[in-house]
Amino acid sequence: MEEVQTIQSLPAIEKNHGLDLLYQMMLIRRFEEKSAELYTKEKIRGFLHLYVGEEAVAVGVINTLSADDNILCTYREHGHALARGIDAGMIMAEMYGKQEGCSRGRGGSMHLFDAKRKFYGGNAIVGGHLAMSVGMALASKKQKKNNITVCFFGEGAAAEGEFHEAMNLAALWSVPVLFVCENNLYAMGTAIRYSHAVTEIEKKGPAYGIETVVVDGMDVLAVENAAGRAVEKIHATGKPYFIVCNTYRFRAHSMFDAELYRDKTEVEEWKKRDPIPKLQQQMLGENFISQNDIVIMSKKVEDEVQKAVDFAEAGTWEPAEELTKFVYSENG
Amino acid sequence: MSENNIIKLTYREALKRGIREALQKDEKVFLMGEDVGRYGGAFAVSKGLLQEFGPERIMDVPLSESGFVGAGIGAALNGMRPIVEIMTVNFSLLAMDQIVNNAATLLHMSGGQINVPVVIRISCGIGRQLAAQHSHSWEPLYAHIPGLKVLSAGTHEDARGMLLTALQNRDPVIIFEYTFLLNKEEEISANAGAVDITKAKVRREGRDVSIITYGAGVYKALDAAKELIATGIDAEVIDLRVLRPLDEVTIFNSVKKTHRVLLVEEAWGSVNVSSEVSARIMENVFYELDAPVQRLGGVEVPIPYPKHLEDASIPQNADIVKKVKKMLQHD
Repeated sequence: MEEVQTIQSLPAIEKNHGLDLLYQMMLIRRFEEKSAELYTKEKIRGFLHLYVGEEAVAVGVINTLSADDNILCTYREHGHALARGIDAGMIMAEMYGKQEGCSRGRGGSMHLFDAKRKFYGGNAIVGGHLAMSVGMALASKKQKKNNITVCFFGEGAAAEGEFHEAMNLAALWSVPVLFVCENNLYAMGTAIRYSHAVTEIEKKGPAYGIETVVVDGMDVLAVENAAGRAVEKIHATGKPYFIVCNTYRFRAHSMFDAELYRDKTEVEEWKKRDPIPKLQQQMLGENFISQNDIVIMSKKVEDEVQKAVDFAEAGTWEPAEELTKFVYSENG
Repeated sequence: MSENNIIKLTYREALKRGIREALQKDEKVFLMGEDVGRYGGAFAVSKGLLQEFGPERIMDVPLSESGFVGAGIGAALNGMRPIVEIMTVNFSLLAMDQIVNNAATLLHMSGGQINVPVVIRISCGIGRQLAAQHSHSWEPLYAHIPGLKVLSAGTHEDARGMLLTALQNRDPVIIFEYTFLLNKEEEISANAGAVDITKAKVRREGRDVSIITYGAGVYKALDAAKELIATGIDAEVIDLRVLRPLDEVTIFNSVKKTHRVLLVEEAWGSVNVSSEVSARIMENVFYELDAPVQRLGGVEVPIPYPKHLEDASIPQNADIVKKVKKMLQHD
């Protein structure tokens, strides 16, 4: 069996690019905190799953993609949508259920879509989108399109039969798909040791003949390096690739979770590896930014999030007469 | 070849001609399914197509129903026109998550942005002694789901033509095909092709009673109608063809004409297609009825293996004849 490499970050960081990555992660963090606040005010309803702590994964991977690449995510996908460049206002409006939302309010927090940006959800059946991602990659191959398909999922999905079917099909058909496992150690409240006989998820890739690497998901530069290499490899070979990002969610699974299943000390330990201060420290160390720049950036983030909330607040409700729209296509 | 040219062919051959024409017409169309290629199709429907079109377009897939149906949906999202074949309706339950949670919901969840133009062909039906895990009539399970279009190919004409029209559709379409009919020969027009998939069809005009059915019930009802005419009862036979969305107009027009309705299907009697059709008749054309709507459905038992018990589990021609006579008080 092939060995699974651990990918480190590149030693050098380019200033403007670092600023970009930092801004995106800080935006996601603030957007998520704001969402939690709005949930307690009952502006956002349903299930709300926050990405706080995991920002480096979406930002690191999505920054290596081109506009033609397809992206499929889980129900914890606000960060991915922001990293893909979907307007924060449209995402917030979606969570409000307003028709100005990126899915016209029909989907909510778990179903963000943007066909123009090739952002295919927001999929809330764990493991259900893996096979679709293989099919999208198959279609790219058949049509000789030069794009790849990226599929994010959690370690919980790796216990689903659909994970194993999708991995096998991707390798069997040799299609350009990048599987990204966001291993945050808990499938809702079930720790990985209670759901996987083999807890190193990265060992499951080589079993299907898929090149697999593991990376520190709390280090955006390492994730980006791993994803960049993966994308390059997929373009060169046309074959699937698997990245396991070891990460952690700082907040509860959803807004209904009392977190009875994990120790506060464990959460505090992981918070020491917070990807945002980590990148800030690196940027400060390189003298690319000052503490004041961070304050200015925080203000800019705050403004963008507030603008998003204002947009959502000003949004409108779709008339109930339109309820059955979009069940079938209008012109067959 | 003139338009009146009639050919005789099996249901299997009709299906194959439909698939072949679809593949010839559009290079984005491909067939994927278990044993569709090298084996020639579990029921020999796609025999020879691999040699004709090659492995890129006739794709054998592993036994991963959820995986390959999901992949078909993904391929449809990204510009292809896949025909996904599921060997039996029983196996389709392994792919039900993909069909119900993905194919049927994506357009709506995305606020109208994402179309899923996938066609899924499912073999089903009862009558080959395949017992409880290889033969059922589960059309109603799928007919329950908004977002899907559900077709039933009860005749050779539809076996030949439904696929072609389904592939023009932008929404997910499920086509039920009937293994019991595969070897049956019938005559169709030599230039038969795409058929309308929005309407039910009057397969036989009649004035005394409407036998409303679909799938495996269509030829049975037609045979029963032939027997009935000898006793002076002129039965109309309606083939629903489209189980979702239902064509109410054709149904109601027939009720207005005959004022008596017998619903026939092989699916289990409770909560089946007949239940829905019956309810809609009550809601809309109740006062046209001269007698209560009657139903003949499958007996509520997993399909048994022995021939005599299997036969007893679904409506037969004789049951239809007997029921109609009773409705018209001819015995």
